[in-house]
Amino acid sequence: MGKKDKKSPLNPFDLIDPEPLYNYRADKVFTQYTNKQLPQNIARTSSTLAAYAGPWTRAAVIHLLRRTTFGISSEDITLLLSLSPGKAVDLLIDAIPAAPPNPPLNNYNAIVNDTTGVLPDTTWVNAEYGDGSINFQRMMSFKAWWFSLMLEEKLNMREKMVLFWHNHFATEVAAVGVARYSYYHNALLRKFAFGNFKSLVKAVTLDPAMLRYLNGDKNTANSPDENYARELQELFTVGTGNPTNYTQGDVEAAAKVLTGWRTTFTSSSFDPKQHSTADKQFSSFYNNTVIKYQTGVDGALETHELIEMIFKKEEAAKRICRSLYRYFVYYAIDDNVENTIIIPLAQTLVSNNFEIKPVVSQLLKSAHFFDVLNQGCYIKTPLDFLVGTFKTFGVSIQTTLSVENRYKVFNYLRGYGQTLALDLGDPPNVAGWPAFHQTPEFYQAWINSNTLPKRLIFTDTMFGNGINAGGTTFKIDAIVFAKQCSKPEDPNILIDFFVELLLALPLSTEKKTSLKSILLSNQATDSYWTIAWFDYIGSPSVSNENILRSRLNPLLIELTRLAEHQLA
Amino acid sequence: MKRDEFLKIGGATLATIIGGWPISTYASNPLLDSIARSAQSSGRVLVLIQLNGGNDGLNTLIPLDQYAVLSNKRSNILVPESSVLSLSNTGKATGLHPAMSKIRNMYDAGFVNIVQGVSYPNPDLSHFRATDIWLTGSASNQYLDTGWLGRYLNETYAGFPTGFPNATMPDPLAIQIGSGVSPVCQGPKAGMGMAISDINNFYNIVNGTVEPAPNTPAGHELTFIRFVAQQTQQYTGVIKAAAQSAKNISILYPSGNTLSNQLKIVARLIAGGLQTPLYVVSMGGFDTHASQTESADHTIGTHATLLQRLSEAVNAFFDDCRLLNVDKRVAAMTFSEFGRRIVSNGSGGTDHGTAAPVLSFGYAVNPGLIGNNPVISANTTSKDNLPMQLDYRALYASVLSDWFELDSSLMANVLFPSFQNTPAVFRKSSVTGLQENGDDEVLSQNYPNPVRTTSSIDFYSDGTDATLFLLDTQGRLVDTLAKGVYLEGKHTVEFNRSGISAGVYFYRLINRKTKSTRKMMIVD
Repeated sequence: MGKKDKKSPLNPFDLIDPEPLYNYRADKVFTQYTNKQLPQNIARTSSTLAAYAGPWTRAAVIHLLRRTTFGISSEDITLLLSLSPGKAVDLLIDAIPAAPPNPPLNNYNAIVNDTTGVLPDTTWVNAEYGDGSINFQRMMSFKAWWFSLMLEEKLNMREKMVLFWHNHFATEVAAVGVARYSYYHNALLRKFAFGNFKSLVKAVTLDPAMLRYLNGDKNTANSPDENYARELQELFTVGTGNPTNYTQGDVEAAAKVLTGWRTTFTSSSFDPKQHSTADKQFSSFYNNTVIKYQTGVDGALETHELIEMIFKKEEAAKRICRSLYRYFVYYAIDDNVENTIIIPLAQTLVSNNFEIKPVVSQLLKSAHFFDVLNQGCYIKTPLDFLVGTFKTFGVSIQTTLSVENRYKVFNYLRGYGQTLALDLGDPPNVAGWPAFHQTPEFYQAWINSNTLPKRLIFTDTMFGNGINAGGTTFKIDAIVFAKQCSKPEDPNILIDFFVELLLALPLSTEKKTSLKSILLSNQATDSYWTIAWFDYIGSPSVSNENILRSRLNPLLIELTRLAEHQLA
Repeated sequence: MKRDEFLKIGGATLATIIGGWPISTYASNPLLDSIARSAQSSGRVLVLIQLNGGNDGLNTLIPLDQYAVLSNKRSNILVPESSVLSLSNTGKATGLHPAMSKIRNMYDAGFVNIVQGVSYPNPDLSHFRATDIWLTGSASNQYLDTGWLGRYLNETYAGFPTGFPNATMPDPLAIQIGSGVSPVCQGPKAGMGMAISDINNFYNIVNGTVEPAPNTPAGHELTFIRFVAQQTQQYTGVIKAAAQSAKNISILYPSGNTLSNQLKIVARLIAGGLQTPLYVVSMGGFDTHASQTESADHTIGTHATLLQRLSEAVNAFFDDCRLLNVDKRVAAMTFSEFGRRIVSNGSGGTDHGTAAPVLSFGYAVNPGLIGNNPVISANTTSKDNLPMQLDYRALYASVLSDWFELDSSLMANVLFPSFQNTPAVFRKSSVTGLQENGDDEVLSQNYPNPVRTTSSIDFYSDGTDATLFLLDTQGRLVDTLAKGVYLEGKHTVEFNRSGISAGVYFYRLINRKTKSTRKMMIVD
């Protein structure tokens, strides 16, 4: 695989994290317990893409929200519960705002004076490059801003799809090297969140960030650079491992087709002088297609022909459907899933001229998606985990904070994601994060000796002294959270409520009793909790408040330390 | 001596035999010295036994001298006088519930200290608040978000959790068996304790297994995460190693006894070499509002069963510790959020009360009773409670200063306010004292010495609380010679030996800044 592994010589991000990169493949615990092969002999569902007709329960709604957003909240559950499964999925897709979000701002003026004229708290996305220091701060600004969109997103799937596309068309902010390009690339992914896959591939091919990242901007007639031509086929469309495959000759021919593209300030242009004058011959995989050389600016049309040719291969449709399946359902695709889910989804994609929305919609509305055997088997990504902690426990970042401080908070969380092995904007390479594609480990790649303790420390801290960022302390208010429960005074109902929101699998009665003993100070009389709760409601004194907190916090720490909390 | 039981020994021989090991009555006894040293080097352990629900102290430690009044106030639950297990050296004035024969045997063998009437000013009758008070070490109107032992550990293991585990302290600072890390271990910066959520969890760690999960995709991922969680829990390795290097030996562990199952693990971990100084175990069910006894036979029923479990579990645990050769550095202490009301209620139970006895166990405790039997008036109503004799925080102070030997200058960081006049629950302080050289400036040699009838002792007060104890050679409290706030300067105490048998004794001065011990001889 010709992955991008050579970073720009001046990579400012290399300066951020002084810790040596953690290599989970050298982690004895991870390697001992992770998949040696895809899971065999586990119960899989035979349910199909037929619309889900089962009961529309809180559990079903929570499953849908866990997989399609970055964290569940009681408010969202209530709203979706009032709809049908189909309407709930429609809402998640259709509620995406038509207008793009406001662009990232100059949050860095206290650190670097922006000599390009960008004032504090205004956007830099239309400004000149400036210098390396300014650009570095803008990269940080961009990544923090992107994190904020996940954190502050209303109920819809936009950012979940942006992350999907980011992983699919992986680029690295540090390697692209121009913050502005990364922003426009990201805006493109957002614009196409539920757009046309083929159109998106065309747009990404000409996107300046991608041109820089995979050397398309250096691809000339005299010395064609195969980097993008290879990844276009290997990673973005048809992939490898098919019954028949594209050839090295196809990579070379595609590279020639793509010669001549150069970046402009926010876009790209075609330079006919750099374009290969050869006719481009493809293999039998592509039905021996020849893309004829076109003169002058018409040479750009060859790129269009190339992508049309690639998209004639059903592998292009199947591959993106498998990626969607792994992103939303489960990573293990056996013959049954391939035949009853992937192939029909690919047919939906093709018959809808590569529109993504009908495919995602069909998958998410299906009996297969909601099947209980497909619930709880998704290991939360670091973003699901971090954003989810804020969302589920209702921790928000005050809009009254200054832009500088808000960005500090976003960047703190973005940085925590980095320590959990997902640095938003900077995947390890062009293939994206291993958890989405690396067989046989897949999701398990998120959990190892380095990351799991850090996940637990994060929630522990949020229940304890809180995290400090942007001059503010952020912590979970367990009483506020408990108040979301319909009957928080009943310890059994309260524990069921916590378990439902925090754990992806049900707990045994025995385990719930043991958890309840934390609320009851190891006693058996439920009414002691009820009295304590109503004492507080009737008189929220320090004493009454302390009594609740000194029981709720250890209970919630215990729950979030369970392995079930890492699942979705 | 048989290993499986503690000998009941008469008062006359008590002074010379402890748990089967004969000891000399001389102060410079090498065995005592070596005990002191080994405790120093191998680390003392405190096992805190929480009795959740509010243990009925009056039905645990029964003031037999009040039996007539009690039989009126508690007619529906009181155990027959003849069934009470009277304690040696109390003149049959005090006894334990008949279900506690194992603890009574331990007591008579010199392994139990009981402090009567432990509570705090303005006691709270709510389970939750009272529990939080006992766990955090607060006054009734004080709200602390750290636990008293968490604060102690924070003073002793500075910087935790940064830099831990390390070569000096590779093990957990505290281990709790049970769900949810107890607030007692909460330090200012972090929880200082590790929780082993339940008994199965421990054996999973030892066996390298995890809880079984369903054979589904979710179960598959769950199992993977559980393994990583178990293996990356910082202390899994040391716990597994400790558990594998020691097995429980005692055959006395009863089955179907949660406390016993927890203590079994504790014994194994201590013997396996963990340096962990603190273990927290618990048993629930003490909230006996109704039917705490069988109506036909008051010696059996809910409360009797609980006390029997406690008694058998503690006995088995110390038997095991002895067989595992760690008993000399292990002490255990019970506590409950409160005692119960003097007058029983109409449901054959008792409602929430206040003061209650605290039981401490181990080789190093000062055997015997501290405090007096409560005096129960015939006018006692259902609202009345037993008076406090000792603030529970003074008891904690004795644990910290005499068992954990916390530097007195740090005490104020753990207990607020600090408590100077601590009960002599532990023998340790006097064991250390035996090695101290008396300073004439602080504590003079008594005159005359040896003592036939009276003698006088000069001591210097730094102007704070001062207490002068008389101890026997095993460090047991014989008498309190002086106690109170003394103005700065020299003071003289007259001592009358009447009622004290001939032998070697120590007198020990404790005030805010100094501790000093000297030896005296009493002759007939």
